Amino acid sequence: MSLVEEFKKGIWEKNPVFKLVLGMCPILAVTTSAENGLGMGLATTVVLICSNIVVSMMRKLIPAGVRIPAFIIIIATFVTVVQLAMEAWVYDLYQALGIFIPLIVVNCLILGRAEGFASKHPVIDSIFDGGGMGIGFTLALFILGAVRELFGSGTILGFSIFAADYPPVLLMILPPGGFIALGLVLAALNKFTHGKA
Amino acid sequence: MKEFNRLVITLTLIAAGAGMLLSLVESVTREPIAMQRSLQQLKALSAVLPEFDNSPDTDVVLLEVGKDKKGHPVQRTFFRARQGEQLVGIAFKVTAADGYSGNIEVMVGLDTHEHIVGIEILAHAETPGLGSKISESWFKDLFRERSLDNTDWRVKKDGGEIDQITGATISPRAIVSTVKSGLDFFHQHRQQIVAAPGE
Repeated sequence: MSLVEEFKKGIWEKNPVFKLVLGMCPILAVTTSAENGLGMGLATTVVLICSNIVVSMMRKLIPAGVRIPAFIIIIATFVTVVQLAMEAWVYDLYQALGIFIPLIVVNCLILGRAEGFASKHPVIDSIFDGGGMGIGFTLALFILGAVRELFGSGTILGFSIFAADYPPVLLMILPPGGFIALGLVLAALNKFTHGKA
Repeated sequence: MKEFNRLVITLTLIAAGAGMLLSLVESVTREPIAMQRSLQQLKALSAVLPEFDNSPDTDVVLLEVGKDKKGHPVQRTFFRARQGEQLVGIAFKVTAADGYSGNIEVMVGLDTHEHIVGIEILAHAETPGLGSKISESWFKDLFRERSLDNTDWRVKKDGGEIDQITGATISPRAIVSTVKSGLDFFHQHRQQIVAAPGE
């Protein structure tokens, strides 16, 4: 597979959210607005690329018996780095995402790519794989966040879309709205790709 | 046994490398993080206090307000705002433990006549779209100019004077009673707080 294909597969063909349906917990929790979705997606992307690089570099040094704990240490390290950096330089977003930043550690997407791809492929391929998966993840979170924000608050990225007297559908930014929005988006995508819903 | 040693050594080395990287990042971000936190506090203080020209976040008095469940003293910080050495306002932080979900942290600012200049919601975990409206400015403005003397400190639903939020009475009720108890405490200890020497 060429590098371009490694990159592209994460965005559409094997999109972690819409196709693999991985890492649902943070997705449903943080996508109450497009901005939160974008922030969470980018934070996850950074962790994913960094952990893919290191796991791929050390893939011949890590014995199979301890590979999972080793991957988790590597992932947790980068999550902490991202958390500290966000607290230092993007404080508002750090406060909005709160508890879900440390929870990136247990996002099965990241461990899944470390185990399923980076531990078996060279560094360059792993960077492109992580980048593509990360962008695909970010895109999905952004779309979900935008849909929920649009119906739940009448805005996208804080800009008003509907008329001022639009009564917000509160349900959409509450937890059940996350499931409903995800289901509707998945159904729409299936209809679009397979012509059946 | 040789294989076992290899597992232990590899994992130890990885953990040590991770620790080194983290201590490096921590030392780089320590200062910006401390700055962000004090900036955040100063922003809240400016929102609830009359205009000042000192730095209230360092002109503070600490008083014991009670004891927690384990018997350790709980302290409250009083921030003093001055304009040309003259005291113009006092701010303090109170925590409402009886909100709908989790604690609500409120910064309250008073002028020298113990009237509220403003309140600011610092942290809360109330329901988005319902209880979370406590951080909207129309709700915070309900508290302006109010004092122990001129207000019946209950929400309207309970016979008082302060509007509750449609669909969310618990969060405003918690804030109203907490702000009132903060005012009571200040009233009782006013001399101590105003007269204490600055740092």
